[in-house]
Amino acid sequence: MLRLTTARRDAMIATCIRALPDEGCGLLVGHAEGSEATVTEVIASPNVAASARVYEIDSRVLLATYRRVEEVGANVLGVFHSHTHSEAYPSPTDIRQAPDPDWHYVLVSLRDAPTVMRSYRIIDGTVTEEDIYIEE
Amino acid sequence: MAATVRIPTVLRPAMGGRATVTVEGSTIGAILSELTTAYPAIEGQLLNHDGTLHRFLNVYVNDDDVRYIGGVDAPVSEHDEITLLPAVAGGVF
Repeated sequence: MLRLTTARRDAMIATCIRALPDEGCGLLVGHAEGSEATVTEVIASPNVAASARVYEIDSRVLLATYRRVEEVGANVLGVFHSHTHSEAYPSPTDIRQAPDPDWHYVLVSLRDAPTVMRSYRIIDGTVTEEDIYIEE
Repeated sequence: MAATVRIPTVLRPAMGGRATVTVEGSTIGAILSELTTAYPAIEGQLLNHDGTLHRFLNVYVNDDDVRYIGGVDAPVSEHDEITLLPAVAGGVF
């Protein structure tokens, strides 16, 4: 399960909307205990792929985020990105490129209104949806 | 010349669980090649067969992404810290 505040959910959606017409993306920082993770920070990243079909987190944002979580004793929990014209489900490339079995992969679909957000675990190519718990 | 290389969690199982290793080499290419020789299980995950950087690996010398400072030819000095991080990317390729 992924725990989020409404403000952090809205920060992810705003990042994705600002990136239009390209895919938007960013990193999730927080604390994990077993399969439950609490997001304490949403780090927006430029999509260096600058594409409506592909995303890549800026390598400088990635390094800075890893450095900072080490300092404060948090973890990089995962990544979020948008699908501008398809559903909120990982594409075959998303699955193949998933770098870390401990991560949470959040998809934001901007295809329909209202925006759809879903979260997944991707372990050895197997995709499992998890609940998102939104708290104030 | 010895540099410290920080290993990402996803590569640690193939590298004896180590979080950092010390490697001799004066360029990024030499260091990544040396790592692959020392830990054959990571063959193909750092460098391509033609010696270029793997597309989905970010390599940094201190704060610099090596893609902007010469790629595999990027120089490494004594006491530099090298960080390896898998690129975070996806999409409908």
